[in-house]
Amino acid sequence: MEKIYNELKDIVGAEFVSNQPEELFIYSRDMGTMLPAAPDFVVMPDSTEEVQKIVLLANREGVPVVPMGGGLVLSGLTRALKGGMVMDLKRMNRILEVNETSRYALVEAGTSQGILQAYLKRHHPGLKHSIPDAPPIATVGGNVLIHGSGHLSQIGGFHSEMLNGMEAVLPTGEIVKTGSCSASPYWFSRAPLPDLSGLFIGWAGTTGIVTKLSIKLFPAHPYNDARVFITGDIELIADVLHRLTGTQLTEDITAGVSCIIGRVQIFPMVIINYGADTKEELTWKRNLIRASVKKYIDDKTGGFAPLPPASRADLLKAPNPQPTQVADEKKGGGFEYVGSIMPIELFAGAYNIGVEISKKFGIDNLMAARIIGGHCMMFSYTYTFNRAIDADVDLARNALHETNNAVLKLGGIPWKAEAPAQKEIIKHMDPNTFQLMNRLRSVLDPKGIMNPGNWEVG
Amino acid sequence: MYELKFNEKICEKCKSIDCLMKCQYMDLGLDEAREEWKKLIRGDDSRVLGDCATCYACEEYCPNKNHPFYMIVERQEEKKAWPVPIPLTEQQLLVMRPRGRIKPQKLRAPVVNMCAFPMLQGTIRGKLFEGASTFGGYDVFCNIMWLHFARNSTIRERLPKMIDNIRNNYLKESGVDEFICFHDECYGTYTHLAPAFGIEVPFKPIHLFEYLTRKLDALKKQIRPLNEKVAYQRPCSNRLVPETQHWVDDIFARIGAERVKRQYDRENALCCAGTIQAQQKDELADDVQKRNIDDMAAAGAKYCVFNCPACFFTMKDLVAERGIIPILMSELCHIALGE
Ligand SMILES: Cc1cc2nc3c(=O)[nH]c(=O)nc-3n(C[C@H](O)[C@H](O)[C@H](O)COP(=O)(O)OP(=O)(O)OC[C@H]3O[C@@H](n4cnc5c(N)ncnc54)[C@H](O)[C@@H]3O)c2cc1C
Ligand code: SF4
Ligand code: SF4
Repeated sequence: MEKIYNELKDIVGAEFVSNQPEELFIYSRDMGTMLPAAPDFVVMPDSTEEVQKIVLLANREGVPVVPMGGGLVLSGLTRALKGGMVMDLKRMNRILEVNETSRYALVEAGTSQGILQAYLKRHHPGLKHSIPDAPPIATVGGNVLIHGSGHLSQIGGFHSEMLNGMEAVLPTGEIVKTGSCSASPYWFSRAPLPDLSGLFIGWAGTTGIVTKLSIKLFPAHPYNDARVFITGDIELIADVLHRLTGTQLTEDITAGVSCIIGRVQIFPMVIINYGADTKEELTWKRNLIRASVKKYIDDKTGGFAPLPPASRADLLKAPNPQPTQVADEKKGGGFEYVGSIMPIELFAGAYNIGVEISKKFGIDNLMAARIIGGHCMMFSYTYTFNRAIDADVDLARNALHETNNAVLKLGGIPWKAEAPAQKEIIKHMDPNTFQLMNRLRSVLDPKGIMNPGNWEVG
Repeated sequence: MYELKFNEKICEKCKSIDCLMKCQYMDLGLDEAREEWKKLIRGDDSRVLGDCATCYACEEYCPNKNHPFYMIVERQEEKKAWPVPIPLTEQQLLVMRPRGRIKPQKLRAPVVNMCAFPMLQGTIRGKLFEGASTFGGYDVFCNIMWLHFARNSTIRERLPKMIDNIRNNYLKESGVDEFICFHDECYGTYTHLAPAFGIEVPFKPIHLFEYLTRKLDALKKQIRPLNEKVAYQRPCSNRLVPETQHWVDDIFARIGAERVKRQYDRENALCCAGTIQAQQKDELADDVQKRNIDDMAAAGAKYCVFNCPACFFTMKDLVAERGIIPILMSELCHIALGE
């Protein structure tokens, strides 16, 4: 252990490696309900070369490596389930290139959402990236690699779909490139080559460490507006979403509905964000968006709520601070939600699951969905809990676990699933698919050093 | 219970049908207006049910004080001709429901009723409101707003309870029998709507502008005339109490503000369009707001003064975009007092 520590020190410098209990304690847990699992070391590399050296060392010694960005995934994926080292990538936060014309940004994987957003606002005010509602310290790499979504997901789909290519260090130490950058100096797309980026997306850090990535940027419009569509009938929402997405005019569509025990039920709301280059265009878009749900306006079963300017301004904030506020509803710093990816038509069924589990466990549940393209949604169930109260955490963990199972039964798939939920997904998975995953992994990571304990049976 | 005092016989004899002929949101000829009005009285379908912007203005237009607008709302509710999508109304009914949390409290005169705007309590400040105490919240909400939602039944159900709440928890307790209405709607409710529905009001409401006029007289020496042009946005509820309009002129005279002459003021005032938006008629709302603000700008107004906080929130950004400063009346007075 001492030997490994000293070698790590030689690679990154003494300030950027630790085996001290207080630091290991912090890195042993996240804000969610998963039980702590402490690493033996924490190491913070500053470059691809340092990452490579660390991986070669880990591979030689058979020491597990857990890649970590912001550590905000909430489902315990950056805990060292089998010890070893957490590789914290936050020092690798350089913005390497912004291509105005082809609208992409090449960044180091540890670049935070906040840094990129601020950089674009200052240096490229006509461009923006799709920011998730996570706290701004969340990293671009961490988010893309879990198939995150955000404020432009109506236009661009999952953040993984906005990826143009990447540089990664394989578990055996080779540095590889995927996408156009593997054959061209430009990082403009994953096409037309065999799409190797998929080897690293959705794998919970079990296939390698991404060090650089290029993501798509989008126009930052000077005029922006938000509308809130309200209906009292949960069964209508899927069709409302279908109609709204059909306009192809919006940047972001989210739907929210809460189930707070003992409180008056507020109606489901669909929040629609859109932007334009002129006021006239904004009005034109508003009218077309309204026309898409005219059927419901005409029969009075739904309509747009007039918004006071303060509420409108809140809805236009990216990231939206509300999830962070909700996260701390019960204080104690705990927050976890089941995010599940599912087809849009399952909205009412997904909602019913949430209400049922909320009642069964006697726990408040804030449900929300973000529509991805016009094709599916990320439906989330947030069970509030106070992390300082063990019984509260246990209750939320059980409610989350039951929700994961119910979602799978409904036809959805838990997103950024906790290790126990990954096992449930595997049970539902075509066995040949899982076998292929294992075969790929054994080729890439013959010693099984990458984030072990994830995507495993038993 | 609480039957609307509307007399069909008066309408039968009416030659002018001013209620509909002066309406700014429907363009009807006299014969058509008469016909539509007859349909309404009979309880038949009428285009008025769907086209009414619920601007309250016909309450002012009717020369016979026959409550045409309240009657339209009665018919909308009877015929379920909901002006606003049902879930928006139901959501509002939930959000603005009485909470039953009111407790007796001793207040000191002058007492200001903030109604549904306790969050604006910060405006009750300075020399104008020295020593004033306030009450507000959904347990004392005047509920007149439901006129926009075709819910006279909610007014009938909730308003008498609110009146009891105010009397039993604040006024009796404090030995006070009058209060200042922060919101013009409350004044309209207690002096106009309640009597029209036969709801007893056991206290004396004072219009905010009457109070401000009196205070400005008392503080006369401290006023530094503004010498500014000001446009006035008259709210819908003021159509119920047009007799209070002169206080706008009285206040302006005292603080040295010039009420700009413009097309859409006084009897010809335009709605802020918040309700029209709730009716999902965005293009009409855009048009109304544009005409209104163009008119203010053309008249050279530096300020747009609001009586109603709801109008203020609906229009403030649009007004500001045109370089006109949106402001509540009491705040304009504070400026004149150097506060
Ligand atoms: C209040 C709140 C709101 C949120 N809202 C959203 C939202 O709107 N949209 C959304 O998508 N998410 C949201 N999240 C979830 C989550 O915080 C984000 O997805 C976040 O971007 C994850 O990034 P991270 O840097 O924290 O990843 P981490 O938690 O550090 O890592 C996530 C996973 O990726 C792996 N990993 C990280 N970096 C690398 C790398 N360079 N190479 C290989 N593997 C790597 C890790 O091992 C782990 O398995 C929210 C979270 C919170 C707390
Ligand atoms: S309500 Fe008034 S204006 Fe209208 S028809 Fe009757 S009397 Fe005439
Ligand atoms: S309330 Fe206004 S819009 Fe409705 S009929 Fe009367 S004047 Fe016309």
